[in-house]
Amino acid sequence: MTTSDAPPVAAPFLPSLEPIRLIDEEGRRTADSARGGFDLPGPDTLLALLRAMVVGRRFDAQAGALAKQGRLAVYPSSRGQEACQVGGVLALAEQDWLFPTYRDCVSLVTRGVDPVEVLTLLRGDWHCGYDPKTHRCAPQCTPLATNASHAVGLTYAARRKGSDTAALVLMGDGATSEGDAHEAYNFAAVWNAPVVFLVQNNQWAISVPLHRQTAAPTLAHKAVGYGMRGYHVDGNDAAAVHAVVSRALAAARAGGGPALIEARTYRMEPHTNSDAPQRYRDDAEVEHWRRRDPLARLEALLRSEDRIDDARMAEFGARADRLAESVRERLARPPRRAADELFAHVYAEPTPQLRRQREAVRAARARADHVGNGGR
Amino acid sequence: MARVTLAQALNQALRDSLAADPEVVVYGEDVGPLGGVFRVTDGLFAEFGEDRCFDSPLAESGIAGTAVGMAMYGRRPVVEMQFDAFAYPAFQQVVSHVAKMRNRTRGNVELPLVIRIPYGGGIGAVEHHGDSSEAYYAHTPGLRVVTPATVADGYSMLREAVESPDPVVFLEPKRRYWSSEDVELPVRTAPMDRAVVRREGGDLTVIAYGPTVDTALLAAEAAAEEGYDAEVVDLRSLSPFDDETVTASVRRTGRALVVHEAPGFAGYGGEVAARVTEQCFHYLEAPVLRVCGLDIPYPPPHLEEHHLPGVDRILDAIDRLQWESAWVPDTRPVQAPQARAGVGA
Ligand SMILES: Cc1ncc(C[n+]2csc(CCOP(=O)(O)OP(=O)(O)O)c2C)c(N)n1
Repeated sequence: MTTSDAPPVAAPFLPSLEPIRLIDEEGRRTADSARGGFDLPGPDTLLALLRAMVVGRRFDAQAGALAKQGRLAVYPSSRGQEACQVGGVLALAEQDWLFPTYRDCVSLVTRGVDPVEVLTLLRGDWHCGYDPKTHRCAPQCTPLATNASHAVGLTYAARRKGSDTAALVLMGDGATSEGDAHEAYNFAAVWNAPVVFLVQNNQWAISVPLHRQTAAPTLAHKAVGYGMRGYHVDGNDAAAVHAVVSRALAAARAGGGPALIEARTYRMEPHTNSDAPQRYRDDAEVEHWRRRDPLARLEALLRSEDRIDDARMAEFGARADRLAESVRERLARPPRRAADELFAHVYAEPTPQLRRQREAVRAARARADHVGNGGR
Repeated sequence: MARVTLAQALNQALRDSLAADPEVVVYGEDVGPLGGVFRVTDGLFAEFGEDRCFDSPLAESGIAGTAVGMAMYGRRPVVEMQFDAFAYPAFQQVVSHVAKMRNRTRGNVELPLVIRIPYGGGIGAVEHHGDSSEAYYAHTPGLRVVTPATVADGYSMLREAVESPDPVVFLEPKRRYWSSEDVELPVRTAPMDRAVVRREGGDLTVIAYGPTVDTALLAAEAAAEEGYDAEVVDLRSLSPFDDETVTASVRRTGRALVVHEAPGFAGYGGEVAARVTEQCFHYLEAPVLRVCGLDIPYPPPHLEEHHLPGVDRILDAIDRLQWESAWVPDTRPVQAPQARAGVGA
């Protein structure tokens, strides 16, 4: 029987009240004091971040349009949160896993998942669209905070097998109130699982503002109670998000334990296309955040330092347009729905009950086909 | 042949599973050095080390959720929920993730994990320690829900659950943990998704599972003295349901009753009765009856005998299976139903 007598040390876990920022709102490098000991990533990384954000935003706009046309059942836009999703994902190594939510389509596109596959669920299909093992991306998770413990279990298992796989969990500010978030943070810290929890604090959980969600000084302060490191970062600064997530992943991989990162950002669009934000927030607030746009900020820095010009920006834009066009074309037709497959993956082998139900559905379809469309 | 208790058989099944497959891990609350509050994991920590058998933080949703993640990485977690009612915090993980992952990923990610839950009453425990929660799980597509009633099945079904490519909710009848049988381990019994006839009889079929199988067998012996020859079917698998075995028995006997500890209202027995009626209607001599727990929260220890279906209540139900009454048409004049207010031409 052993218990530890080591005195507890909380100080190194504490986040700063001011968010870590490497590029200010005007697109200038920040002073040392704002950087929290982090350095601006190199120009190649910055260009990659900008390119992925341009592509991500275009994809997001296209998906929003498809939702309006009824080609998607619903679409939760992440406009304004590109720095979090792109900054986080580009910090991942090949072998790492990503655990996204419904809000995080842009993160999946950035990870390289086929955008049409990414939209499968939102199109109204019954499965996530992609093979999670191909890109090491878990299915997008809707029950809030419930995928966080999956990341803990997965990376703990990997670590025990000697792999250096780490994981990035994306979650919203509202989700941090869920018991599952608490349990996952605690398991991760106790098991020393290499997980980085990136909370995209976009200020709103549907209609509920942050101050109704928590009394903590910042969401990152929650980390201290679990014995993990907390970081508070400007979520509209892709460079800062990338730098902080990179360091947190490296530390976790090296055995330094998990981290909780709060990225302060803003949800520019309604919660989904069927939300009515005028019922709970002012346009002035949205305008305030529009001036802190993450794409404009990084572009301004790269332009002022002569790392990018109009031609290069046009190149990024053309790439984004091609992606959007391909999504539009491929989603023009409704998906082919095979009712048979509804029974195929409930168990490894359909049970006798499911086989009978499958036959009944087949027979009903055959009758309908026989009578003609809409017949029974 | 050695005398083995159900708890020991389950323990041996876990030990043999750990030895057979390096991907198997066993964890939960107090399952490490203590060996679990019912000692089902006794000695595993010492034998396999804390890599394979360990205590987790005290949080059931976290236990189930991390098991999902481990299984995604190719491990085969066997997690313990300390008691039936303390598995409820894990419900969301079980229903929304454990049960659905294979389907949500179109078969690309399977979760071969086992959630062991000691369930049911009869041990004189205080509140929250006697729930029969099987219907919640059986109602959830994607889960296999099984419950052993014998020592040999305890061993065999747990081995099979660990080997299954599907997630299994493994319900252990806690008041049978100390029941013993002469059995040589390892043993393999019938496949875990099949029901088994425990006692053959020609007059009626008693359908039971888990803790009530022994009760049903005792009742069958008592019924024999009263001239009824009862067949006893042990379901073993609550999901999927073995229609074949149950239907064959009831078609032969023409009468059926279902016995379980859980409250009868909206309980598992309702599903059994409906299935039997649908598939055996023309063979039935009487309605299918249910002998269940009362529709109350699990009662305190000194009153649990009223709640638990015992031999007497089963015998009473057998008496009510309409042995005497042939069908007599009701010739009373039919009263016209009253028109409902606001309805009608
Ligand atoms: C467990 C659970 N409760 C409620 C919901 C319904 N719901 C979906 S999104 C949402 C708000 C979530 O807010 P937040 O975590 O801040 O993420 P955001 O949507 O802003 O990205 C709610 C309440 C849910 N999906 N899961």
